[in-house]
Amino acid sequence: MPFGNTHNNFKLNYKVDEEFPDLSKHNNHMAKVLTKEIYGKLRDKQTPSGYTLDDVIQTGIDNPGHPFIMTVGCVAGDEESYEVFKELLDPVISDRHGGYKPTDKHKTDLNFENLKGGDDLDPNYVLSSRVRTGRSIKGYTLPPHNSRGERRAIEKLAVEALTSLDGEFKGKYYPLKSMTDAEQEQLINDHFLFDKPVSPLLTCAGMARDWPDGRGIWHNDDKTFLVWVNEEDHLRVISMQKAGNMREVFRRFCVGLQKIEEIFKKHNHGFMWNEHLGYILTCPSNLGTGLRGGVHVKLPKLSTHPKFEEILTRLRLQKRGTGGVDTASVGGVFDISNADRLGSSEVEQVQLVVDGVKLMVEMEKKLEKGEAIDGMIPAQKRLVTYPGINLH
Amino acid sequence: MASSFTRILSSKRNVGILSLVGGSVAAGFLLHREHVTAGEPLRRRYPASAEYPDLRKHNNCMASNLTPAIYAKLCDKATPNGYTLDQAIQTGVDNPGHPFIKTVGLVAGDEESYEVFADLLDPVIKERHNGYDPQVMKHPTDLNATKIQSGVFDERYVLSSRVRTGRSIRGLSLPPACTRAERREVERVVVDALSGLKGDLTGKYYSLTLMTEQEQQQLIDDHFLFDKPVSPLLTCAGMARDWPDARGIWHNNEKTFLIWINEEDHTRVISMEKGGNMKRVFERFCRGLKEVERLIQERGWEFMWNERLGYILTCPSNLGTGLRAGVHVKLPRLSKDPRFSKILDSLRLQKRGTGGVDTAAVGGVFDISNLDRLGQSEVQLVQTVIDGVNYLIECEKRLEKGQDIKMCSSGSNVPNTHLAGSGSVL
Repeated sequence: MPFGNTHNNFKLNYKVDEEFPDLSKHNNHMAKVLTKEIYGKLRDKQTPSGYTLDDVIQTGIDNPGHPFIMTVGCVAGDEESYEVFKELLDPVISDRHGGYKPTDKHKTDLNFENLKGGDDLDPNYVLSSRVRTGRSIKGYTLPPHNSRGERRAIEKLAVEALTSLDGEFKGKYYPLKSMTDAEQEQLINDHFLFDKPVSPLLTCAGMARDWPDGRGIWHNDDKTFLVWVNEEDHLRVISMQKAGNMREVFRRFCVGLQKIEEIFKKHNHGFMWNEHLGYILTCPSNLGTGLRGGVHVKLPKLSTHPKFEEILTRLRLQKRGTGGVDTASVGGVFDISNADRLGSSEVEQVQLVVDGVKLMVEMEKKLEKGEAIDGMIPAQKRLVTYPGINLH
Repeated sequence: MASSFTRILSSKRNVGILSLVGGSVAAGFLLHREHVTAGEPLRRRYPASAEYPDLRKHNNCMASNLTPAIYAKLCDKATPNGYTLDQAIQTGVDNPGHPFIKTVGLVAGDEESYEVFADLLDPVIKERHNGYDPQVMKHPTDLNATKIQSGVFDERYVLSSRVRTGRSIRGLSLPPACTRAERREVERVVVDALSGLKGDLTGKYYSLTLMTEQEQQQLIDDHFLFDKPVSPLLTCAGMARDWPDARGIWHNNEKTFLIWINEEDHTRVISMEKGGNMKRVFERFCRGLKEVERLIQERGWEFMWNERLGYILTCPSNLGTGLRAGVHVKLPRLSKDPRFSKILDSLRLQKRGTGGVDTAAVGGVFDISNLDRLGQSEVQLVQTVIDGVNYLIECEKRLEKGQDIKMCSSGSNVPNTHLAGSGSVL
């Protein structure tokens, strides 16, 4: 159980064979990597805050996965988890992030001016644009592991930082446990409110403990910049607006993030980051940029084209339904976003979205006119840092 | 009966436990408060006041009794196995409760939890168990089914009879805290013992991980199969971890004696049959339990039990006897009578729908069972159910004939000739 690490020493009275989980029916990254040898080597270790291997892998044991969807199956409890348990996490990271090696370096680029174009996606097709990422605050443990005291301290610090923003970022914080009914209704209507996690992927990792203590939503008065506090990560930062001006969304994203980071640094609690893994987040799938930049776009014809999936893969994009991950598309409207997180920069990832969506809208228009699109099908996009390997 | 629960541990358990407790005397592993030493205190970066949970919207026994002072006193303690207060109360913090239903809101991770966290658990037990004070009272255990009087119901009304309890294996952590190895050991110990049952108790074990599709379907059709817990009361306490590893169901060939392994407790033991022969159900219950106990003792194990709290189970609500004896009974008229709830209360009975706790009654058929668990023996509680159900059936019959219910003049609704047990323990 999270935060009760003293139990770990007691466990060592049992042999590896007796404790090793039964992963025979499992299909997630953790289950594919964890051997008895690795388990044996890491089981008596713990991070300085007391997070243990069994804590890391519990969610993957409890959620065997799906034959077609490969979940990660492990989480970090703090920044040091990625070091102490690297023997497990490095191969998981490599599998999840297209062969990323322990020696690779990740590039961070939040200079929105480096983005080319992106302000002219056709609003007849692109209904909305959004960029999100996560940030963890150095010196605190992560949502699977933190205590109520820590979580409240994170909330306090986040609120201080956010309420000091001004200009286009002037806004207000709504703590989950004390918001009024009217506020709650408004946040639901704005599609801002996040719920207590019900996904067992999260609950089995202990991320819903003490709900709704220490959780809340901050957003600016314009409702274009939004921060979730203490949901799956310390902070989830979201920039969004209707229609297709992804450039503007990304500008606000970069500027807002950098302002927030400065304030945290002043309090001696910068963001968790290193040059190998980029921004450190709870789930290994969100390492690197932690960025998912995407649009809701109408592609009724293209989405039924036999080469749709291949086009997405080549463009390094993924599709989801408009309810988010695990939902189906409605009325031919898809959520299209970048598939990569680690090994390429924020600018590079958003560039892929901008360029890819532009191309797909053009394909859609061609298909509307009854024309073929075979000549438009792109070559496989490759990442700059290492040779392109298709991601799942 | 109590004297047979000598507090001897098998040697293999001693070695592990003593090494953790740092040399305290073997007997000190057990139940007198002054002998139990807590494990290593936790690293804590925040003061207790910063960690104290926000319980203002909560309505459960833990929230009613956990003061900041008690929290501060206990938050740095741990049981010898490393179980902490925060872990014990997590389910109550995560499940604020309901204005009308008061849940317990905490669990034990091991036998020592009831000692190390007694400052919280004793008042919770007192509240939940009707004033039973673990600091001064003793709990009677009595599994002598021959003492039961009457106990065969009118089958025009009683459709089925059932008695269940739980048992924990001393020396192994409970479901909220156990490691995979411990859970597997519970399974091994119990399955091994059950394979020694004979006669009408001969049966077979079905492991959840290994059962075939047919076996699964049969168990579902028999209403024996238990599911992975979905109730947040259980999942927030960590009881569903590693599912379905080391979980399973054992039942006898006649399908009248059933044991769940590693669900909410180490074992849940159920005796049941169609019809109204509660006496026979209880007789088999007692016989089966005693046999299982004998078989595990042969192998050097024993059940968790002490004279303060009776049988030790995961949830404080199941201490004492851990016993719920009940029937499915047709009471279409009585259940509509406005006095129904009060009558049940005065009989120390509770009603549930026929799907179990949290379900509604269907077709006027109710699950009627004892309310109490701790402070009265198994025989006393089963007798209470028998007398109470007989009375309810009488009421139903009178209502059928257009007569009014007969209330007892003594103030209680049931002639208590059968309740004058000595309360002594065999």
